[in-house]
Amino acid sequence: MATNRQATASSSRWRAPILFAILAILFVLEGTVRNSMFSGSWNTSLAILNMGLLSAITALGVNMQWGYAGLFNVGVVGFLAMGALAPVLVALPPVEGAWAAGGPRLLLALAVGLGTLALAKLAWTRTRSGIIVVIVLIAGFVTYRWLFDPAVIAIEGNNPARHGNIGGLGMPVLLSWVVGGVFAAAAAWGIGKVALGLRSDYLAIATLGIGEIIVAVLRNEDWLARGVKNITSIPRPVASEVALQRNPDFVDFAARWGFPAAEASGIWVKLSYMSLFLVVLLVIILLAELALKSPWGRMMRAIRDNETAAEAMGKDVTRRHLQVFILGSAVIGVAGAMMVTLDGLLAPTSYNPLRYTFLIWVMVIVGGSGNNWGAVLGAVTIWFLWIKAEVWGPALIALLTGPLPDSAFKAHLLDSAPHMRFIAMGLVLLLVLRFAPRGLLPEK
Amino acid sequence: MDILNALVVFLNFVFIPAAAYGAQLALGALGVTLIYGILRFSNFAHGDTMAFGTAIVILLTWGLQALGISAGPLPTALIALPLGIALTALLVLGTDRAVYRFYRRQKAAPIILVMASVGVMFVMNGLTRLLIGVDEYRFDDGARFIIDVRTFREMTGLPEGLALRSTQALTLVVAILVMIALFWFLNRTKSGKAMRAYSDNEDLALLSGIDPERVVRLTWIIAAGLATIAGTLYGLDKSFKAFNYFQILLPIFAAAIVGGLGNPLGAIAGGFLVAFSEVAVTYPWVRVVGYLAPWYEPGGLMQLLGTEYKFAVSFVILIIVLLFRPTGLFRGKSV
Repeated sequence: MATNRQATASSSRWRAPILFAILAILFVLEGTVRNSMFSGSWNTSLAILNMGLLSAITALGVNMQWGYAGLFNVGVVGFLAMGALAPVLVALPPVEGAWAAGGPRLLLALAVGLGTLALAKLAWTRTRSGIIVVIVLIAGFVTYRWLFDPAVIAIEGNNPARHGNIGGLGMPVLLSWVVGGVFAAAAAWGIGKVALGLRSDYLAIATLGIGEIIVAVLRNEDWLARGVKNITSIPRPVASEVALQRNPDFVDFAARWGFPAAEASGIWVKLSYMSLFLVVLLVIILLAELALKSPWGRMMRAIRDNETAAEAMGKDVTRRHLQVFILGSAVIGVAGAMMVTLDGLLAPTSYNPLRYTFLIWVMVIVGGSGNNWGAVLGAVTIWFLWIKAEVWGPALIALLTGPLPDSAFKAHLLDSAPHMRFIAMGLVLLLVLRFAPRGLLPEK
Repeated sequence: MDILNALVVFLNFVFIPAAAYGAQLALGALGVTLIYGILRFSNFAHGDTMAFGTAIVILLTWGLQALGISAGPLPTALIALPLGIALTALLVLGTDRAVYRFYRRQKAAPIILVMASVGVMFVMNGLTRLLIGVDEYRFDDGARFIIDVRTFREMTGLPEGLALRSTQALTLVVAILVMIALFWFLNRTKSGKAMRAYSDNEDLALLSGIDPERVVRLTWIIAAGLATIAGTLYGLDKSFKAFNYFQILLPIFAAAIVGGLGNPLGAIAGGFLVAFSEVAVTYPWVRVVGYLAPWYEPGGLMQLLGTEYKFAVSFVILIIVLLFRPTGLFRGKSV
């Protein structure tokens, strides 16, 4: 966020198209040229692009929170994980016997848990007596555990080798993307209620906490999503590669384009995912841009640029912050659900904050905070570089250490090339923040 | 007799581990709270500063071990500590010079400084990985136990044993010494008084001729020292793994906020509060209850929360404090 925002000069009208064109050329090179820098495989290129698009949606959510309102969310990984839960609970086919084993009791336990919190809040507002609140909480916790523990044991005991989880509802996977957004929004509501309206650092610290806890829940609650045993075979919204390869029409079609069927099926599937993602991305951008240009958007920017003045004009700053925090988190949740759908796999151990929180932040800052197209550009660019750094980093180090004689030190440097990515990303963040705080595509 | 057994179990599994962990958290929270008090932002890079400092200490320890130098019954890391602190302080001063000073001069919003600290965190994380990798290391040497379970049983004749590991005792002793030194410095020396004055009221301190850059430098050096000591003690007590130091950031922030950001005494109290709650909530109490109330047969382990959720405890404490007393128990800086 730069302090002065003037209208962009006309010379920068071509900035966005040129930068996007350069990015497109990089992806075409990755798809066609085969040398030490590029793989020359369309499958690889499109795989990077798909994940880049999902990062872009996540970055849009973060950009709403940071660019529109100046809220620092350090728990992106948690909201992604929250969204990731939706395909598992919505789209997976029901697990036989799981519901009968303890479903109703589990729901009741969760209701008691939430009810306890609500009752405690009610008790506090009505009586202002700490003792009553503590009694309510203890009684609620005991009841909750009494209901919860047997239900979990029963569900996890149900065919534990294959399932042991509550299963899904067997509904379309596309629906789960929306549900993922709702899940993340609910978590954001809870955390925003507590931490907004206090010092700006407190939201950062509280979101850091909720992020770690959501991931811990995903990792350890086997009844929910099998924990570290992972959920595989999440239903796909597009045709599978195997089905395509068996389809003679498709094989013919691929042959006409000069691709072997195996490669073509991979490309086809990735293109289908890409179109789905692009639709979601464009819809979100459209809505976000409309919102930004509406009176609501002007109010949000007014609040961001001068909270005191906006408050003096009668705007409820905390309420607006809560609103935009929930909206942004919902977008992140949608992206989380889409990531799981793309992978067809929910692996809780993969939710690493460095990769899913801080890398997204680098994308938003580099792209240009406050600018939706900037967030998209930053996300896809940084993701491309992050993936390619895996190849380019060691190559670069090998080049630099080439003249050195073979030694343990050289071997150590070559081994540690992957860690250079973190240093590089940190430096990119720091340099952009300092020398180009408005990012690649500054806010208009 | 049963009461004694219950007490021994409590001391062995709850009190001693929690006290050691609390001291480590307190040292970490002191660093966070000092930086907050002087520089007025929450330093997200503190966990990785601890990791970096500890990694340096480990490397120096290996060097000393290779030279055949040891500290007898104490861990060799103690000899390596001063140089480790110095090197970490240099790095941290470098980050201040390269990153934070610019925003300080600009009088940027605190959240920008927080974000810059995230960038620093990334770089430090990478440096630590580069130095030592991502694996888990144990680097405690010297005597393992001050009292081990068997000796204790033979001494007292109780069926329950009590172990006091030397790293736990060392943690407490070092932490207490460091805290005494810090408070002596803050309250008795001219530089310490300047730091407190600057923290209380920046403008007034400037008017009284206090050099702000000197105060900031001192703060970073002290914070680096505290971080390295806390990280080394934590690593000696448990083990060193770079990612754990990122995760310990949450309990440290919770401790600092519970005590009131900017208030050193509060950070110490907060550290112990968080540590004791964490251990007490995740400990299975069934054995203690078994001695105290033998007639009662609990169905489970009497564990309130699985150990995998220990971070949830610091989070809940944080939430409660934010809800009811956002300035912390000891009235830190304003909300």
